[in-house]
Amino acid sequence: MVNVTINNTPVQVEEGTSILDAAKVAGINIPTLCFLKGINEIGACRACIVEVEGIDRLVTACDNVVSEGMVIHTDTARVREARKTNIELLLSQHRVNCPSCFRNGTCQLQKVASTLRISDTLSFKTEYPEDKWNDKLPIIRDESKCIKCYRCVSVCQKVQSLGIWDMVGTGAHTTVGVSNHRSLENADCAFCGQCITHCPTNALHTRDDTEAIIGVNGVMNDKDKITVVQVAPAVRAAWGEEFGLSPEVATEKRLAAALRRVGFNYVFDTNFSADLTIMEEGTEFLERMKHPEGKKFPMFTSCCPGWVRFLKSQYPDMVDQLSTAKSPQQMFGAVTKSYFAEKIGVDPENIVCVSIMPCTAKKAELDIPSINDAAEGCKDVDFSLTTREMCRMIKADQIDVAALPEEDFDSPLGTGTGAAVIFGTTGGVMEAALRTCYYVLTGENPDADETFKAVRALGSDKPWIEAEYNVAGITVKAAVVNGLGNARRLIRAIRRGEVEYQFVEVMACPGGCVGGGGQPIHYNEERAADRGQVLYNYDSANTLRFSHENPEIKAIYADYLGEPCGEKSHHLLHTDHHAWDMPEASVYDEDVVH
Amino acid sequence: MSRLALMTESRAETVVEGIYKDMERRIAASSSDVCPVDLTLAFLRMCHAQTCGKCVPCRVGLAQLGNLLEDVLNGRGDDTTLSKIEKLAHVIAESADCAIGFEAAKMVLKGLDGFREDYISHIEKHHCFAGTPMSIPCVGNCPAGVDIPGYIALVGEGRYADAVKLIRKDNPFPTACALICEHPCETRCRRTLLDAPVNIRGLKRAAVEGAGVVPAPECAPSTGKRVAIVGGGPSGLSCAYYLQLMGHQCTVFEAHSKLGGMLIYGIPAYRLPRERLQSDIDCILSTGVEVKLNTKVGEGEYTMEKLREEYDAVYIAIGAHADKKVGIEGEDAEGVWSAVSFLGGIGDGNIPDLSGKKVCVIGGGNVAMDCTRSAIRCGAESVSIVYRRRKEDMTALPEEVDGAIAEGAIMVDLHAPLKIETDENGKVAALWATPYMPGLIKNGRMNPSPSGLPDKRIPCDVVLVAIGQGIDFYKLESSGIPVVRGVIKGDDWTEVENAPGVFAGGDCVTGPKTAIRAIAAGKVAAANIDYYLGYNHTITTDVEIPDPNLTDRPYCGKINMSEREPGERRNDFELMEIKMTEKESCQEASRCLRCDHFGCGIFKGGRKKQW
Repeated sequence: MVNVTINNTPVQVEEGTSILDAAKVAGINIPTLCFLKGINEIGACRACIVEVEGIDRLVTACDNVVSEGMVIHTDTARVREARKTNIELLLSQHRVNCPSCFRNGTCQLQKVASTLRISDTLSFKTEYPEDKWNDKLPIIRDESKCIKCYRCVSVCQKVQSLGIWDMVGTGAHTTVGVSNHRSLENADCAFCGQCITHCPTNALHTRDDTEAIIGVNGVMNDKDKITVVQVAPAVRAAWGEEFGLSPEVATEKRLAAALRRVGFNYVFDTNFSADLTIMEEGTEFLERMKHPEGKKFPMFTSCCPGWVRFLKSQYPDMVDQLSTAKSPQQMFGAVTKSYFAEKIGVDPENIVCVSIMPCTAKKAELDIPSINDAAEGCKDVDFSLTTREMCRMIKADQIDVAALPEEDFDSPLGTGTGAAVIFGTTGGVMEAALRTCYYVLTGENPDADETFKAVRALGSDKPWIEAEYNVAGITVKAAVVNGLGNARRLIRAIRRGEVEYQFVEVMACPGGCVGGGGQPIHYNEERAADRGQVLYNYDSANTLRFSHENPEIKAIYADYLGEPCGEKSHHLLHTDHHAWDMPEASVYDEDVVH
Repeated sequence: MSRLALMTESRAETVVEGIYKDMERRIAASSSDVCPVDLTLAFLRMCHAQTCGKCVPCRVGLAQLGNLLEDVLNGRGDDTTLSKIEKLAHVIAESADCAIGFEAAKMVLKGLDGFREDYISHIEKHHCFAGTPMSIPCVGNCPAGVDIPGYIALVGEGRYADAVKLIRKDNPFPTACALICEHPCETRCRRTLLDAPVNIRGLKRAAVEGAGVVPAPECAPSTGKRVAIVGGGPSGLSCAYYLQLMGHQCTVFEAHSKLGGMLIYGIPAYRLPRERLQSDIDCILSTGVEVKLNTKVGEGEYTMEKLREEYDAVYIAIGAHADKKVGIEGEDAEGVWSAVSFLGGIGDGNIPDLSGKKVCVIGGGNVAMDCTRSAIRCGAESVSIVYRRRKEDMTALPEEVDGAIAEGAIMVDLHAPLKIETDENGKVAALWATPYMPGLIKNGRMNPSPSGLPDKRIPCDVVLVAIGQGIDFYKLESSGIPVVRGVIKGDDWTEVENAPGVFAGGDCVTGPKTAIRAIAAGKVAAANIDYYLGYNHTITTDVEIPDPNLTDRPYCGKINMSEREPGERRNDFELMEIKMTEKESCQEASRCLRCDHFGCGIFKGGRKKQW
């Protein structure tokens, strides 16, 4: 242990503790911008500067550790002046338009600046750079907002192992850009959006599609259009955060009510198509297990479009191992514009299918030409909005969310089981699939709470978790991984023959969709674990715990699809992952065969 | 009223002079990896600040040139900008009245020629061609990429054995390099911005002196693969060391009777004592390297074809051991020796007795100085260094030249060797040289020409020719190894064209260069041979590097290495350089600015823990 004094408060902390963490122990907050624990400890913004007795120059608190007897001051005039000046310098190159900025209220620069007595007349000439960006991409970079903290660079490199962003240029012109002189269109970006949720400002943000929904020329203003919305599992665990409401208040039923108030004609649940996914993917997996000839294992889940993009670009020789099942978003769109359109007797062209997703990659997924199968000439899913965009629409209508009644989702695509709702967290797809596979193999349901608990990966500090099950004579080794860096570690181990699995679930974002790039943003807070718990609570509170028991699922197979992996399913619910191209990886893993 | 006044310096002038000195050091230590357009603009602005303001091209033109460059940098350039810059710079270069103007414009023109693609990249793509600046200057400039801030910190804490382990991760010759490395690491040391570079080589010496015998790390399990290494010099042995650690069995074929290559046959013992070199070699051999001495590949039993057949891969690192001739009359006289044979003989233990003899050394490189100082140690009555350019043009390290002079060498610079006069027995009698004067500078190199003075006769008994080395290829060429312009054609990956499984590196590819570059080639070859053999072994170390001290770093003089008294050291081949005391190495280590932690080293291009 080390004894230090911070602002005259003596504290004892472990050796190797940073000044920042030691100050926290002493109850003293030190502002930070670029600091991201364990990932981006680079001391670039100089907001965390402190005074250490005996050292002439000021010292950064984030990347320096305490030593025995250190006397630290965080509240001297020198410290205040240095912090204030450095933030003013950042503001002199930052387009300050807080009221009209997406990040108003969640911007760390705004927060830090507001605590440093910065007056509205800056001491410096303001000059912010402009940058031309393709505004059709799911991920938008606004150079005029970038404070060069390089958190995006570090997150993409160290957590997601893709290195899409890099420090580019030199000297005063140094900034963030796409690595290797590429543009984002030509880069192997997974569109996971982790760079967005780790951006302290609005420099990186999601393309906003709300105007196309609720604007003057938006689909809701078109009398001929019927608007259908689906809400992904993970959205219900996080949307309340945008309104300062707990998950107990911001329930899925209030969410249904809010979306109805926004004006959607049908408010459905992606949980329905998550159950549908289990029926298809589970059946596909058992087929592969029963007829392994010529098949490569493991089979990988295909729900996560960020992961699909990753695999296609990094390990193109493994694409056949992806399940051919579409993601729940796309299955939902496909049945909306076929089964549902027939049911209500409307031309699919007049149905607008909107999805609310915790995700930025979904915006790109719905644009894959070969993924649209329901009706000629129209997309299965027309718009994909992030949780943040959805909240923006609710706010735009001045809806008092807490005062809303709890309402059910609409039928026939509005019922989901507990197995479906956990799709939103790492391990959830695997557990849901195993629950139904168990039933298919044994004719009995397993214990939903206990049997497959071992695949719940949330909060695990291992790169991936594994479990082995023997059901009705079939042995399945399963692995669950979240985060693309971890996915790469797992794939390397598989390719080197160090591990062997039959079924692997991958989610691109840390913690799964609950930690998705489209979720509400909280500076330096990872909320995936808390949100995941909300989903497990929904699971255990649901009377339906198995996808195969969902009455609406039974109905669609009986009335329309026939059987899982049947001809109609094959046409509507499965896709050819080879039918579209991903930009190649700039650096391949050494063992990849082309 | 007085007619004249003395010029006294104002305080402002004194401070400006000081700032000039600071900036000179800063420029000297600058990385070449910054945006060249940005740099040109900065220098152009400085040039403009120096204009007296009399003439239009300089006063206005340089400012407008700056504006155009700024447009380029800020993405406001278009397809006309470059030609505007070019035209304006030409006009200033041709019409400015004095050098302040025309030299500034010429700098811009030089850049337009030298890094035009950077300008175009800025204009068309709005970003720079240049990559991220070298963030840890010493590591970036070390060909082998040794973790220099890491081992300096370890030396500062007295953890010498750990320092040696850390160095060996990238360079298995810590002792040899501690004594003879040309230390490119020091050239861009950021400490220069404060006062002077850290004495990095001196600190490496402190590490090896303090560490004692440090065993090599354990080798990976055997892969069953066999690699032939042709040449037992620094490059071949480095390659063998790392391949052994990776689990491959190496056999080194060495033409001479001893291992070490130029470290033993080129570098005299007073700089690198044999037993010190042997300590590095012993550690390398302890990994299980097989050695075949006195075995010239291409002659006798072992041919290149045979090696390629019997081994899974071959690394050619035969060095540059052939002598070069001056091409003057009398060069084949008795008493004319090449540097290679003179130093090589000493390396083999045959120290010639030169007592009472007058020696002339032809050349101005480090090898010439080695010859000079060795000849003095062999008892020569006098040793003259004959060189056609000036002393300051010599490629030898200045401390080597000064050391030779201190030991009594006679500097005969600006004299071009003309012919060697022989006596009636065909023995050397004198070296004739033509006096030269400095001439025009072309491509940065001064071209001297005869000064008009009569030719000089320098009486001597021995002439040592040290004007560079070539490569003795034996029969490599005929066995399909491509040789272009006197060197083996190897690439940056040490692979040899059209010869799968054959790798080459070191002096035989680059021509005569430094030990550390040869070592680096061996390291690169080891990694690529491992990959070629189908493996992906990594070389790493478990040494933990101390956190940087937060203490201030006050301006502090650099501790230079001292040498034994010239009058004493000139009589023997014992080690000449004196090591730092512990107090000295501790202070010198504290001068390190820890660029691995402060600045960009903590972010991009930072510490490489394994390769």
